[in-house]
Order: sequence, then C-alpha cells, then structure tokens
Amino acid sequence: MTTGTIELKASDFKSGINPDWCPGCGDFGVLNSLQRACAELGLQPHNILTVSGIGCSSNLPGYINTYGMHTLHGRSLAFAAGAKMSNHELTVIATGGDGDGYGIGGNHLAHIARRNVDLTYIVMNNQVYGLTTGQISPTSRLDMKTKSTPFGNVESPINPITSAIMNGATFVARAFSGDIRHTTSIIKAAIEHKGFSLVDIFSPCVTFNDDNSHDFFKERVTKLEDQNHDTGDWKAACEKAMAWGPVINIGLFYQDPDSKSLGAREPILADGPMSSRTLEITEDQTKKLLGKMM
Amino acid sequence: MAAGKFDLALAIGGEAGQGIATPGNIMARLFIRRGLHLNAYNAYQSIVRGGHIFLTIRVSDEPVYTHGDKLDLIVCLNQDTMDRHLGLLGEGTRALFNSDTIKPGEAAKGVGLCPIPVSELTQSRNRLVQNTVAVGATSSLMGLDFSILEESLKARFARQGQSVVDENVGVAKAGYEYAAKNFEPFPVAVPENPHPLAQWAGNEAIGMGAAAAGVKFYAAYPMSPSTGVLHWFAQNARDLGIMVRQVEDEIAAANAIIGAAHTGTRAMTATSGGGFALMTEAVGAAAMMEIPVVMVNVQRAGPSTGVPTKTEQGDLWQVLGASQGDFPRLIVAPTNALDMFNTMSEIFNLTDHYQCPGLVLSDLLISEGTFSVDPDAINMNPTIDRGQLITEHSTQNGYNRYQNTESGIAPRAVPGTEGYVHVVSTDEHDEDGSLISDEYTNPYKRRASVERRARKFSDTLERISAPELQGPKDAEVTLIGWGSTEGAIREAVELLKDRGITANRLQVKWMVPLHGDAISAVVNSAKCPIIVENNYSGQFYRYLRSETGLTIDKHIRKYDGEPFMPHHIADGAQEILAGKADTFVPYQEVNV
Repeated sequence: MTTGTIELKASDFKSGINPDWCPGCGDFGVLNSLQRACAELGLQPHNILTVSGIGCSSNLPGYINTYGMHTLHGRSLAFAAGAKMSNHELTVIATGGDGDGYGIGGNHLAHIARRNVDLTYIVMNNQVYGLTTGQISPTSRLDMKTKSTPFGNVESPINPITSAIMNGATFVARAFSGDIRHTTSIIKAAIEHKGFSLVDIFSPCVTFNDDNSHDFFKERVTKLEDQNHDTGDWKAACEKAMAWGPVINIGLFYQDPDSKSLGAREPILADGPMSSRTLEITEDQTKKLLGKMM
Repeated sequence: MAAGKFDLALAIGGEAGQGIATPGNIMARLFIRRGLHLNAYNAYQSIVRGGHIFLTIRVSDEPVYTHGDKLDLIVCLNQDTMDRHLGLLGEGTRALFNSDTIKPGEAAKGVGLCPIPVSELTQSRNRLVQNTVAVGATSSLMGLDFSILEESLKARFARQGQSVVDENVGVAKAGYEYAAKNFEPFPVAVPENPHPLAQWAGNEAIGMGAAAAGVKFYAAYPMSPSTGVLHWFAQNARDLGIMVRQVEDEIAAANAIIGAAHTGTRAMTATSGGGFALMTEAVGAAAMMEIPVVMVNVQRAGPSTGVPTKTEQGDLWQVLGASQGDFPRLIVAPTNALDMFNTMSEIFNLTDHYQCPGLVLSDLLISEGTFSVDPDAINMNPTIDRGQLITEHSTQNGYNRYQNTESGIAPRAVPGTEGYVHVVSTDEHDEDGSLISDEYTNPYKRRASVERRARKFSDTLERISAPELQGPKDAEVTLIGWGSTEGAIREAVELLKDRGITANRLQVKWMVPLHGDAISAVVNSAKCPIIVENNYSGQFYRYLRSETGLTIDKHIRKYDGEPFMPHHIADGAQEILAGKADTFVPYQEVNV
C-alpha cells in the first residue's frame, strides 16, 4: 500500500461517469463509502486497482477514480489475485455482487480465503440477480418468489460470513449500505488488514427484491461493535453471523490478529513486485539451468 | 533409417511402479554426455501402479527426429513386456530379461535372447535391483566400458549415500560381467562425439523458453501432459525469480495470468484440452481488454477425458474457436522441442506488440518426449520487445487506453503509473475505456472498436516466417504436416528415398496467421500432395481448405493415441502413390 503526499477528498475518487444503477439502489452507498475509505486512508488513485466481475454492482470500477478491471462473471477474484501477486504494492479491491461472488465465483472465494491473498473483497449483497431482471441468487431466502422461482424458492441460502470463516478467511465483516459512516469504517479496516478481507454489504435492490428492502435491513441491523463481541473468536463470530430475524448483525465478525498474507509467505516477493523485475536471464542462471540438463 | 553409422533403439518395459524411469535416465544421460543424439518416447497409462510402460530410447551419432521405426534391444522387467514385444524383434536384435521370473516365448530367427538369473547375481531383496542389473547388462551389450557406467551410477545415486552407490555399482557390475561372459554384444559399440549434448523434455523447453522470454508469472492447474511445465517452473522459480502459483482450476489460472499481465508482467499458463476448455472465456477477455498473455495447450487424445497419456492433434479447432465473439488471436504449433523453446520468446513479443492472447499448441509427443539438444543452440537471452508499454509517471491528462490509432494499437499503461488511470473492460468500451454496452449502446463506436481491434492484425504475416518446402521441387510426393509431425515426416522422406521415391515436405507452424498463399503455391505445384495429421477428421486440412479454398484428397491420418513412426508415413505415401488408398491409416505395431 502506498500513501500519497497529496491529500484527496472522497470526491476526488469519482470517475466522472454517473452510475447506471436504479435510483435508490444500495450500491450508491457502497460506492460512496469506498470512495470515502480510499480518501481517508490517504490512498492515491493510481496505486489502487479495483477489479470486478459482471452484474449491476460489478459496474463499480467505472465509477471510481482508480485503475480498474471490469472482468468476467464470477472471476474478479482470479484476476485480482493475479494482479496482486504480480504487483503487491498495489491496493487491490475486488467488487461485485452476491451471484458473482457466492454463486458462479464461489470456488475462487473459497480458495482465495484459505490462501489469504492480501486484497479486499466487497460484495454488494442484494439477495437477487438484478441485471438479468430478477432471479434467485445464492443468498435469496427460502420461499422467495422471483421470475425463476414463481412458486417460491425451495433452496436454502448460503451464509457468506460463516462460509468465509470456515474457508480460512482472516477478516470477515458485514455492513449495510444505508449506513455510510459504518460501512466506510469497515472498508477502511478491511483494506488495512494484512491478508484477505471479505466485506459483505447489504445493498438492497429496489427493483427486483421487495423482501430485503432498505427498511427491512434498517429495522434489523445491529452493530457488533456495540455488543462486546470478541473478533478473535471464530466460534462466537459464526454464532453472531447465524442470527437472521429481528436482529441481523453487522460489523467485524472475525479477524485473525496473526494473519500472514500469501504475499508475506511467498519469498519471491522479497525482491519487489514481479511487474518491475528485469527480464533478462543472467549468465549464472543460464549455467545452472544447462547444468541440470547435462 | 538413414541416420548416422550408429543408430540404436533400446526399450525398457514393465509396469508402473517398477522404476523404469531410473534406468532410462541413467542410459539417456550417459548417451548425451558422450555427445550422442537421442530421442525418447515413453508410452504409459494414467495409472500409478500396474499397466504397461514402454520407454523407447533411440540413440545415434547423428541427429534423430523420432524414436524411430525399429527396436534393437528390449529390456523386459515383466512377463507382459516380453509377451507384447518379442514378436516385433527380428534378426540382430536382443531381448534382455530376468530369467527368474520371465519366460521368453517364441522368438524369431536371429533374435538374441539374453536371460539373466538376477537372484544368482545379487543377494539384494530390493525388487528394483533387477533394473540396475539390466543397466549393467545393457551397457555390456552396447560395448560400453564399465567405468563409464560406474561414473553415471555414482552421479545418479550420490545424493542417496555411499551404501546406495556401492550397492548399485556392485549389482550393475554383476550384470555387466554376466552379459559379457554369456551374450554377444552388438557389432558396433556406442561411439563418442567430442561435444557433449544436453537433454530436455518438451515441457522443459516450454518453461525455459518462457523464462528466457522474461515470464515472471506462471499459474496453472495440473493436467497431463502439460504438468511438466508446472514442475519446471516450480523447480526453478526461486533461482529465476518467477511467481509460480498452482491455483484451484484452469479458470483461475487463465484469469490470474491476465490480472498479472495487466500490471505489466509477462505471464503464462499451460494446460491440456480439457483445461483449455475452461480457459476459453479468458481468451476472449484478454482479447477484449487487450492484455497480452500466452496460453499453452498440450494436446492429448480426446474428446473429454479421452486418453490422458496418449497423443493427438485434435485441438486445432478448439483453439481456433476458443471463446465467444469474433476477434483475432495468434495460434502457433511449434514443430519440435527446440522450436518450442524459440517460439516462446517470439510469441511473447508478438502478443506484447499486438496486445492480444497468444495460443501455443503442443502435444504429448513433444511435451513429454525427451530429446538431446546442443547446449550452444539454447539462447537464454533472446530479443525481448514489450511493445507500447507505459510504466513511467506523467502529469498529462486525457490518456485514452483504447485510442483509435492508425495501426489500431494504443500504448498500454499499467496500474501503479500516475497520470494514466483508466478502466479496462470485457464489456465493449469507448476509446477512454468507458462502457458503451450498457446504458447507451452506440453502433458507430461499436463498429469503430471492432475495426480497430481487427486492424491491429493487418501486418501479422510480415512478422512471422512462412513455411518452406524442404527437398527437391519436382518430387513425386509432397508431405504436408503441422506441428509435432515434423520429425516423423522428415524421416519418412529419407525412408522413401531409400525406397526409390522422391519426396519433399512442408511443415506448417503458424496456424493464425496462416501463410495461405505460400502453402497454396506449394500445393498447386506439387505432383501428389498428401496431408499428414495425428487426428481422425483432418482438422488442419479442413482449416486450410476454409482459409485457402485448396482441396487435397490424399491423407495420412493416425488417431490410435500413439504418434506416427516414420515408416507409417512412408508406407502410406507408397500406398497412395500406387493408387491403393486416398486416406491411409497406418497400423500401430507396438501395442502399448
């Protein structure tokens, strides 16, 4: 992570392109929080790479003034991990939706978590597929009616928080896009964390999900920070994450205080980013290679 | 075969787990140190224990391009090997076997049966000891001085301690002396050339070529027969400063290298057809975002899981059509291990120049074959041309990543560079990278983008060499192949010459772009053009026809999982010339 000399405001992280999200979409709050977090951490746009998949929320890199990669559906983490391991001096932030991250990209999430690649993954979780005009997602509730489940969803949703903890993630948090100040603080902590950080953010879809609306969350979200929760206790974290009723917990569920990122474990990176190495093979290296062949 | 004065093929057969690789390595290393050329092919199965493994090592004082047409010596480590292959042996050959456990069966006239009573020669209970006895006996049959073998054994087992060295040398000596006393050696002893050679497998040549090209990021998921590339990178990563990652699947591998390449690192992956199927979406992503990456597809017999340990040229259409949409790509099928090595730096320079994906087709024959190579021919410092890459900070404004330039190519800035912040996208985008696919689509901008990306490739043919006809222009038959069949076709031409038939040959390496005019010129002036392919449907022929309109009705095709042997092609050419066949499918004599 590089900190610049010029202090930037959240507005300096606006790209100049207006988001094409529906008016009232929760993603605005996430974008806003991310821009604030970058500014408050003193990051410089050119040292940040924002990587997304495909979906409404994956359009985010176009709206933030950082380097961006708007990639394939479900693959943001694969691209992001490649970029981070190639240039670990970049601040790499992956963004996307619940279908992108927990459905089609679920395999990558499990493995990036256990590898502890030092990047932040922000999932705008609206419990529905929006860009394809309303079908169930991996986080849609049982019985939910959508275009692909006109008679009600018969599948249970995934719990991203407990799943991530079980997969070895070292920073797992949840936020609500309606609370920009809290979301900003969570994102800041996630970016500062040494290792993989998952921030699942309730980001209501105002067009295709009436069940999980802004008001639904506003009435239920309860901050862990106010509950004397021990963030080093993964069992307690899982218990808190299972609550889904009048109380839905948000905040930092779990953080491994001894987290050692993949970049820190990989000796190759001791000599600096791969992207700035000299490419030429030396005479000694050649000699050694040929020696093995003879 | 018209190779050198000395041209001998020895084969070691047994089941997986019997340790065939060790005697194979010992003999191969011994040959190359004496400056001899070798070409080894290991026929094996997807099994860790059992099955039938048959390693053929052909050695000569002149370059050899295939594992040959004949077997001079078979070393049988089990009864199965004897039963399968004794029938292939003729006059002047030898079959070496452990007479404690193996019965020879009916041999043809002139076959020297060489039974070794292993238990009499050694007290060791190690069942792998018969391998070392066999190495000793083989060295004797080949007229090698025992001291040469002793030196090799010491080098091979040094790391396992003195007692292991002593045991192996002792056992080898017993085998050597027993053979010297009881069997007639081959009439020509193994010669020695003054210039020692090196050896590599094709997969190692791919890794080394990529390292020489400046690859600093390699991601892959294991898949036969491409895994050797991963092993090479893993083994050498620390010495060479290369980030090597084994990831969760081929989708992750392909996309991770694009992420790495976007930050300015030369990045690569290798897989086989099944893994490449998972990578295909990434091919289009690299093309759309215009990020240079190289993906290697080491072909094996398909479809689907197919025959994981057997070779085929069956994935040409897969790479031609990989990923949705209509976009240009580069596809190359190098023709041997050294060509593979040299091509890696070539394709990295081209993909950097054109900012596009580059696809390399190898196959099991090249990738898992072991070949001698002159160390002086290996240039670890080839030209590296990164194309238009921006890595210096700037205070300028208005950078357009996808500027509609005359050449179609726009300078590429990497993340971390001040003054060039932009977004790359798999969605269609404008010159500045902003999306034109979602809110307001724009047919004029879309057209300009499609045309710009296509325009980048308008001069590709000028940057790659055209295939050249080898041999007499007025030959009776012209053998046309692509990729790995070069060696077998080359030796088939020699065989045909011995049989009184003049042949020439054209080996095509670059699939995209295709030198269609150069190939047409050869075909149109050929008396009898025949296309040789290691597949059933004639993938290259159908592609050539679609690109050039050429029709060719003579074909030699093989799709039993085993590579061509030179005589398969020579026999086919003769049959076709005699009017007995239009499409000739050779019979695979060696049952492996």
